[in-house]
Amino acid sequence: MSEITTSRRTLLRRAAAVGLVAAPGVSFLSACAGSDDSGDTSKQATGTKSADNPLGIDPKAGVEIVIFDGGLGTKYATDVDTPLFNKKWPDAKITYSATQQVATTIKPRLNAGSAPDMINNSGSDIMDFGAIVKAGQAADLSDLFAAPSLDIAGKTVAETLVPGAVQQGTYDGKPFAVNYSFTVFGLWYNKKLFDKNSWTVPTTWTDFTALLDKIKAAGVTPFGYAGANASYYMVRALLTSAAKIGTEQVLKDIDNLKPGAWTNDAIMQAAKAWGEVGNKYIDKSFLGLKHTEVQLQQDQDKVAFYPCGSWLENEQAASTPAGFEYAMMAFPSVTAADKLPATAINAAAGEIYFAAAKSKNPQGGKEYLRTMLSKEAALEFTKLTKSLTVVAGAADGVTISPGLTSANDALSKAGQDVFMGYLFDTWYKKLDDASREAVNQLMFKGGDAKKFCDTMEAASQAVAKDSSITKFTRS
Amino acid sequence: MRHGKYPFIIGFLVVPLALYLVFVVGAYLQMFQLSFTDWSGFGSFNYVGFDNFAKLWDDPVFWIALRHNVYILIAMPIVTIAIALFFAFLLNVGGKSKGGTTQGVWGSKVYRVVFFFPQLLALAIVAVIFGRVFGSDRSGMLNGLFPDSWSPWLFLADERWALICIAIVLIWQQIGFYVVLFSAGMGSIGQDIYEAAALDGATKVTLFFRITLPLLWDTLQVAWVYLGIAAFDLFALVNIMSVNKGGPNNATQVLSYQIYLNAFQNSQAGYASAIGVVLFFLTLTFAALTLRVTRRDAVA
Repeated sequence: MSEITTSRRTLLRRAAAVGLVAAPGVSFLSACAGSDDSGDTSKQATGTKSADNPLGIDPKAGVEIVIFDGGLGTKYATDVDTPLFNKKWPDAKITYSATQQVATTIKPRLNAGSAPDMINNSGSDIMDFGAIVKAGQAADLSDLFAAPSLDIAGKTVAETLVPGAVQQGTYDGKPFAVNYSFTVFGLWYNKKLFDKNSWTVPTTWTDFTALLDKIKAAGVTPFGYAGANASYYMVRALLTSAAKIGTEQVLKDIDNLKPGAWTNDAIMQAAKAWGEVGNKYIDKSFLGLKHTEVQLQQDQDKVAFYPCGSWLENEQAASTPAGFEYAMMAFPSVTAADKLPATAINAAAGEIYFAAAKSKNPQGGKEYLRTMLSKEAALEFTKLTKSLTVVAGAADGVTISPGLTSANDALSKAGQDVFMGYLFDTWYKKLDDASREAVNQLMFKGGDAKKFCDTMEAASQAVAKDSSITKFTRS
Repeated sequence: MRHGKYPFIIGFLVVPLALYLVFVVGAYLQMFQLSFTDWSGFGSFNYVGFDNFAKLWDDPVFWIALRHNVYILIAMPIVTIAIALFFAFLLNVGGKSKGGTTQGVWGSKVYRVVFFFPQLLALAIVAVIFGRVFGSDRSGMLNGLFPDSWSPWLFLADERWALICIAIVLIWQQIGFYVVLFSAGMGSIGQDIYEAAALDGATKVTLFFRITLPLLWDTLQVAWVYLGIAAFDLFALVNIMSVNKGGPNNATQVLSYQIYLNAFQNSQAGYASAIGVVLFFLTLTFAALTLRVTRRDAVA
């Protein structure tokens, strides 16, 4: 974001130059308004389709890939995926680059029609993928998912993936993204601390609050999340509880912007229960903290429960002391009448990889994705990043780390009751922002469940009525 | 030599002028164009007339952001100029007079350098540092200084104080520059005037209001316009310091940040351009008004 962070001095200079006019930000914005439809697809590299080359790539054409350099690192691409790709296609040169500023570096290239072939869209500078799909910048991945898997015999790529993995990257019936990593969401705690105090993992809300009371009495903040930049972890906790009360249909209605989706009884009950936790068990100063700060406090045993995804253990590896062992539990049932069992779990594919439609070699980009979706690449990815992948069972029987094992156990305990969750946060960024603010109000400012539901209902209907926002639906 | 004059001048002007046209005027024109489209930031777009502006009118967050910009516009220049003037006066005229010439307070040469330090730091760094100063738990610098019996102050996480915290940082960062600017202005005021006034028995306060201030009016006017424009920006501080994207509860929302969110996060580049157009005219109006109003004052 360095280009946008206009320092006051450059501003002054510019102000003087422009004749005392400054509208910061906007000029950067217009700078990337490029010619549309300029990608000439007729020059794209193709080859002959065959059983060995199901995507019909040109074996000699180079493939350009861009990897987000973040929590997962880039080693899996440089040390695993690329060598694996070149083992099969020795003449195809992989041009690799990594960036932390995905939108800043990639968006101008998309608009200029000279996109890289395969892009990892992730991080805080992520591009709005719904908008990319709508603009026709992402290649249709139907042929990739229908192609045979690279190393699991007799199955197509789609058949080797966990349920919901393809759906997650599907926009209006067509798949455009591979959501590669598989994240399990739940409440994270220090197993050693819990064992020492003989605190047992609760499954009902009564047991949960009783345990929170005990933890509080022991001088530890029972529950926490970071209000400054990670309140969406809390949104997920609340909506997971709501889905357990009223099944995943509750979340589907939210995604489909159905009127009344947010004032649904399940959401109301979940908001009430969590609002109560906010009133009693959270440290109010967490509203001003960032996720790293709260996570560090948990590593120091100052916070007991933290709602997060299975990337947490790896993210905290450097600051986790010896006496700390991450473990994850499913969110407890809110009521006795919950429609899903206490073991039910929200697990979703994430981390978008896509092939650009207007690049030199989109089929090559897809072949790279097919390489990533091989069992061998998936297992190595899990070993390197301590993150599961959407390739089903790729890491089974391999001991990697206590936190990941615990998440994998929770996943198998859940059996069929694994649900994908929601997509509104990536589809409708405005609604995502509204939910972050509303959940902060709920958890830090008095726990008013009705206000939460009403605010979100209004925000959702505002998005529904706004014709300039592209709508998506799911079932 | 006459025939060589114009090529010489044009040679100097052509490069900056081209840069200016492409990167400033061109960008502005495109912004105006985009504000009438539904461009998402990717691919093609349609023209939608004044739809974006109509939507803007009905957007409560836009009005909140505008209100915050206006608050800052009113308060920040006054406070900054007042403090900077005070410091500059102390540095230049505030001390004992020696041999008939006025001079700054003791150690003013050191202060003059020290005051300028904040100006040397990039705004992003300042924002990160002050984020820690205003930390909402005990690890925050201010909360760490408070007695243990106090419950931590929330600062940036408190709706009532968040914007004030950001304004304080902005003022802290700005003052150094204006101290230097005013010092330079004061340096150009003749010593003989001060001498004459001092001989007539004028106190330091009288000196300040009757001599320094009127003779510094032009500099003040420039400072006011610069500060006003800075008040319309605020992007870096809000982006880095604010809790939950211009929160809590939009308490630190400003127009420049709305432009950023809409353009780069919400994929509504057309709408963001419309906010940009509004900001353009606001800034222009402000600058014109300031120059006009203050000029009349100077004459009177």
